[in-house]
Amino acid sequence: MDDIRILQPSGLDALVGELRARGFRVVGPTLRGDAIVTGEIRAVSDLPRGMGDSQDAKTYRLRPRDDEAYFGFAAPAQSSKPVFFPAEEVVWRGRRDHDDGGRFSGGQFTVERDTPDAAPIALLGVRSCDLRAVQIQDKVLADRAHVDAHYVGRRDGAFVVAVACSDPAASCFCASMGTGPRPSATSRETGEPSYDLLLTEILAAGDHHFVMEIGTDRGREVADEIGSSIGHSADRDDAIAVTDDAAARQSRAIDTTTVHDVLRASAESSRWEDVASRCLACTNCTLVCPTCFCTTVQDVSDLAGDSAERHRVWDSCFSESFSYIHGGPTRESTKARYRQWITHKLSSWEDQFGMLGCVGCGRCITWCPAGIDITEEAAALARMSGLPAPAATT
Amino acid sequence: MSTAAAEPRIADAGDPMVPRRFAISRVRQDTRDTFTLLLDPVDGEPLAFRAGQFTMLHSFGVGEVPISISGDPAAALAEGGAPLEHTIRDVGAVTHALVHASPGTEIGVRGPFGTSWDVDDAAGGDVVFVTGGIGLAPLRPAILDVLRERDRYGKVLLLYGSRTPDDILFGHEMHRWADLNDVNVQMAVDNAPYGYTGKVGFVTELIARAGFNPRASWAFVCGPEVMMRSAASALAGRGVPASHIRLSMERSMKCGIGLCGHCQLRDLFICVDGPVLDYPRLEPLMSVREL
Ligand SMILES: Cc1cc2nc3c(=O)[nH]c(=O)nc-3n(C[C@H](O)[C@H](O)[C@H](O)COP(=O)(O)OP(=O)(O)OC[C@H]3O[C@@H](n4cnc5c(N)ncnc54)[C@H](O)[C@@H]3O)c2cc1C
Ligand code: SF4
Ligand code: SF4
Ligand code: FES
Repeated sequence: MDDIRILQPSGLDALVGELRARGFRVVGPTLRGDAIVTGEIRAVSDLPRGMGDSQDAKTYRLRPRDDEAYFGFAAPAQSSKPVFFPAEEVVWRGRRDHDDGGRFSGGQFTVERDTPDAAPIALLGVRSCDLRAVQIQDKVLADRAHVDAHYVGRRDGAFVVAVACSDPAASCFCASMGTGPRPSATSRETGEPSYDLLLTEILAAGDHHFVMEIGTDRGREVADEIGSSIGHSADRDDAIAVTDDAAARQSRAIDTTTVHDVLRASAESSRWEDVASRCLACTNCTLVCPTCFCTTVQDVSDLAGDSAERHRVWDSCFSESFSYIHGGPTRESTKARYRQWITHKLSSWEDQFGMLGCVGCGRCITWCPAGIDITEEAAALARMSGLPAPAATT
Repeated sequence: MSTAAAEPRIADAGDPMVPRRFAISRVRQDTRDTFTLLLDPVDGEPLAFRAGQFTMLHSFGVGEVPISISGDPAAALAEGGAPLEHTIRDVGAVTHALVHASPGTEIGVRGPFGTSWDVDDAAGGDVVFVTGGIGLAPLRPAILDVLRERDRYGKVLLLYGSRTPDDILFGHEMHRWADLNDVNVQMAVDNAPYGYTGKVGFVTELIARAGFNPRASWAFVCGPEVMMRSAASALAGRGVPASHIRLSMERSMKCGIGLCGHCQLRDLFICVDGPVLDYPRLEPLMSVREL
C-alpha cells in the first residue's frame, strides 16, 4: 500500500478527534509524574510535547527538549501491554444461590464469566518495539489452542497509529533484535498489517511535519478525513533516514543468531552465581517488560461470603511463590529464577512460539535497581559458553 | 492483527477458565491423609477424559488446585456416567477444604486438561507401571485401560513403593488386579514396623529384578520427581527403550491451558505438553537442578 501523506502538527489533533469520533478509546504516551507512560489521550495536548527522556542502567529521567517534538522520547516507562492485558482483571464472578449457613465451604453456586469493557481501542504513537511486543502477545494469548478471551476481545479491531522512533535511549537495542526502530508494515507471523497508520516525525527547522504511511484501508479513510496532503517517495526517504539514524545511535546489542543456542548451552553456567549475587529478585524487570505474560489468580470474596470473584493478575517468575508446589518452590534460588527468566526470553520462547521473547526495548535495563543488563548477561554467557562470540556490545 | 469486529469468543459453555459445578456425592478415606472424591455434574453432563489427564478443582472461597482424574475413563462415558473420581492427598489449604467438604457440597471443575498415558501404544508388549505413594492415583485410569483389554498386552507389572505399610493406596484393588487380572504386583516400603514381612527398600530396587522383557516393554511412571528420575534411569538401564518410558510431571499450575506460565519447564508447558511426557524429552530437563 504505497500511499504516503504529509500531516501537519495541527493535523494530530484532528487525528485524535477522528479516532474518538469513530468510537475508539485513544491511548498513547502521556506525562504522569516524572515519567512518560501509556494513558488516555483525549486531545493532542495530552501528548508529552517537547519532552524527551534519558534512560540507561538504573536511570530514567525526563529531559526537556529544545524543539516541539511530540514523540521525541524512547520507550515509555510502561508499555502498551496493560491496554490489552491489564495487570488485574476479573475472570468470573460467583454468587451463592441460597444461604445454608456455611461460608463457601458448602452450598450451591452460580459462576459467570465477567464481560470486560468492550470499547474499541486505538493505540496512538506506539513505537516499533512495543508494536512487535503486541504481536508477540497476540501469538501467546490469542493464537493458541486456548486463548485469553478478554485479551482477544480488546485486541480484535484495535486501531494502531505507530510512530517511528527518532531518539532512542542508551538502554535501547531494538535494532539488533530486528524489532525497530522502524516498524515493519506487516506481522512476520500472520502477514497482516502491523499498523493502520505510521507516523514519522520530521523535525526540520521551520518545517515540523509528519510523514504518514498508510497501512490499511481503514487507515486511509481516517487519513482522508483529517486533511492530510499527498506525499512523495522523497518523503518516505526522509522517514527512513530518521530511523536509520536512530538505529545507528544504538550501542547495546544482542546477537540473535547465536543467543538461542548460547542460553540452551548455559543451563549450568557459573554466571548464574554472579548474577544472583546482584539480583534482588524484585520483579521490576518482568513488570515493565512488554512481552511478559505470566499471571496468577486471586480469589476475592466479600465479608458475608455471598459472592466471590476470581481475579487474574500479573505474576513474575522472580517471586519465590511462582513455582511453589506442596513442599516448596521448584526454583528456590535467585540464580534459578534469573536463569528461568533470561532463558525464556532469549531461547525457550523461540522453541515455544518461533520468535524471541525480547524486543530490545531496554526497560528491564532502565528499571533494574541493581543495574543488571540483559545484553551484558547474554554477552557474558556467550563468552563463557564456548560457542561463537556475539557481536561486540561496545 | 485482525481488523474485524470483536468475535464473540467469550463463550459461557465450555469456557476453559470458568469452572463447571460438580456436587460431591461421597468422600472415601483411602489412607490416613488420602481421600477419593466422587463428583456428580450438576448439569448432568458427564466429563469425558483420557487416562492421565487432570482437572483444576476449585473449592469456593479457598482456591483451586490441579488434581489428576483417578477414575475409569470408560465408565465415565458409560450409560448414566460413573461419578468423576479424584484421589487427593490432604497437604494444604485447598486439598484440606476439598477432602473435608460434606457430601452435597458443590465444587468447581475445569478441564480435563493435558496429555494422556496413551497405553494403547503398548499393545503387544509387556507393561510396567512404576509408582509410589499417591502416584498410583494418576496411573489408575491407565491401569484400568490396560485391564479392560488385558489380552492385548503381554506381562503386566505394577511396582509400587510406599513410605510405610499404612500409606499403601488402593491395597485391596491391587490384590484384586493381581488375583483376577494377572497383574504381577510387587511392593516395597521405605520404613516398616517390627514384624513386617514384605520388602523394605525403594521401588527402583524392584525394577532391577522384575521379570519382563525390557526391549518389548512400555513403562508408565508416576511419583515424586526424584523417584521418577531414578526409576526411569533404572528402566533405561535394563534396556527399556527411552521412548517407551512415560512420566507424569508436576509443576505449579494456575490456568491449566498454557496461558499463566507457571508450569513452564524450559520450552515445555507441563499443563498442555504434559503432564505425561516421554523420557527422551524429560531426561535432559530433569538432570538440571531447579530448572
Ligand atoms: C498435573 C498434576 C496432577 C496432580 N494430581 C494430584 C493427585 O491426583 N492427587 C493429589 O493429591 N495431588 C495431585 N497433584 C498435586 C496437587 O496439585 C497439590 O498437592 C495441591 O496443589 C496442593 O494444594 P494445597 O492448597 O492443598 O496445598 P498448599 O501446599 O497449601 O498450596 C499449594 C498451592 O497453593 C498455592 N500456594 C501455597 N502457598 C503459596 C504462597 N506462599 N504463595 C503463593 N501461592 C501459594 C500454590 O499455588 C500451590 O500450588 C497434582 C499436581 C499436578 C500439577
Ligand atoms: S526483556 Fe527487557 S529489553 Fe527485552 S522486551 Fe523485556 S523489558 Fe524489553
Ligand atoms: S534482574 Fe533486576 S529488575 Fe529483575 S528481579 Fe533482578 S534486581 Fe529486579
Ligand atoms: S498451568 Fe498455566 S501455563 Fe501451565
